[in-house]
Amino acid sequence: MILDVDPGPLNLSENDLLIRIAVDQDRQAFARLFETLAPRVKAYMMKLGARPEFAEEIAQETFITVWRKAAQFDRRKSSAVTWIFTIARNQRIDRLRKENRPALDPNEPMLVPDQPPDPLREMEQSVIVKHVTASIEDLPADQQEVIRLSFIDGLSHKEISDRLDLPLGTVKSRLRLSFEKLRVSLGVVR
Amino acid sequence: MTVRHHPEGDLLLSYAAGSLAESWSLAIAAHLTHCPTCRGEVELADSVGGALLHDVAAEKMAPDALDHILGVIAGMEREGPITIAASSGPAPVLPKIIRDYIGGDIEDVPWQRLGNDASQYLIKTGDSEAQARLLRIKAGRPVPSHGHGGRELTLVLCGRFEDEFSSFGPGDLEDVDQETVHKPVAGFGEDCICLAVTDAPLEFKELLPRLLQPMLKI
Repeated sequence: MILDVDPGPLNLSENDLLIRIAVDQDRQAFARLFETLAPRVKAYMMKLGARPEFAEEIAQETFITVWRKAAQFDRRKSSAVTWIFTIARNQRIDRLRKENRPALDPNEPMLVPDQPPDPLREMEQSVIVKHVTASIEDLPADQQEVIRLSFIDGLSHKEISDRLDLPLGTVKSRLRLSFEKLRVSLGVVR
Repeated sequence: MTVRHHPEGDLLLSYAAGSLAESWSLAIAAHLTHCPTCRGEVELADSVGGALLHDVAAEKMAPDALDHILGVIAGMEREGPITIAASSGPAPVLPKIIRDYIGGDIEDVPWQRLGNDASQYLIKTGDSEAQARLLRIKAGRPVPSHGHGGRELTLVLCGRFEDEFSSFGPGDLEDVDQETVHKPVAGFGEDCICLAVTDAPLEFKELLPRLLQPMLKI
């Protein structure tokens, strides 16, 4: 099945594409989003140590899930790229299954409801991703390193401390400082 | 009741990265049930993953990948928006994520006695880095004074406890390291049930608990 991608979806942001997929079951928007982001999901998985065939599989599964769950995308809470990151992350964990990674079920009936919107919610989520990219680049090299080891190498605190030959406490404090700076740069106050 | 004690950024970042070991992740996921503030923080931490994904150099997909997926999704039933199902019957005590491990709620926990005032249940995980357990402390009674060989996360699930530093109620998470010696005491009126996660044995300051320790795996 070959789709002619009309010029309309080409000009849409990733978020708009995802909304079209959710609301209109728009396959052209889906194809467009796939072309933009599936190759990055595959690349990200390969950086996490997946072999190319496994990375391809996760990227494909991720997009099948994107189609299935599109109605659950909430643009106030996430940008398309962040939402797709979380789906790919969970796919990878589910498939590796060395151990479980308990995660909050968004349908949990005991969930204490969200509070009224905070400043973070009022900022357009795709803008947040740009801000976050810039603030990661602004972090000191040692803090960037622990972020990358967590996200790109998938290492636990203990594994990072072994890899860098640093006390566990130093790993913790570098991660804390980096998160603190991200929050400050986005104007989030707790 | 508002949650006052939250996990630090190192835990939230690793949780979002998917690299936090299972037992710690359980404590964070259970805390998130109680804490909308930290759910917002995890969304921020997730966006670090989004930003990194956005910047990664693309890797070519298989030539037939899109066609294959379009075939799979043709006629596929799609999920609706997230809805919080109204539960029938009495409200559960334990968050769903913990009930899934126990296979039931608080009344189904096969408690193991720890002396007169406390009992525990070791939660089975595939995690070799840390041990998760449920602890039940009798109302108004202390846990013997102890230090820590490593990190200890304690999430209150019901009741309250206090130590030298603060007071903790449902949803509150205490995070202590090997520098800390404390003597938690359960609040009056109701037993305190916590999820405790440790990456090293506790160091009891009194002789009797020290002697019992190897048997109780605490």
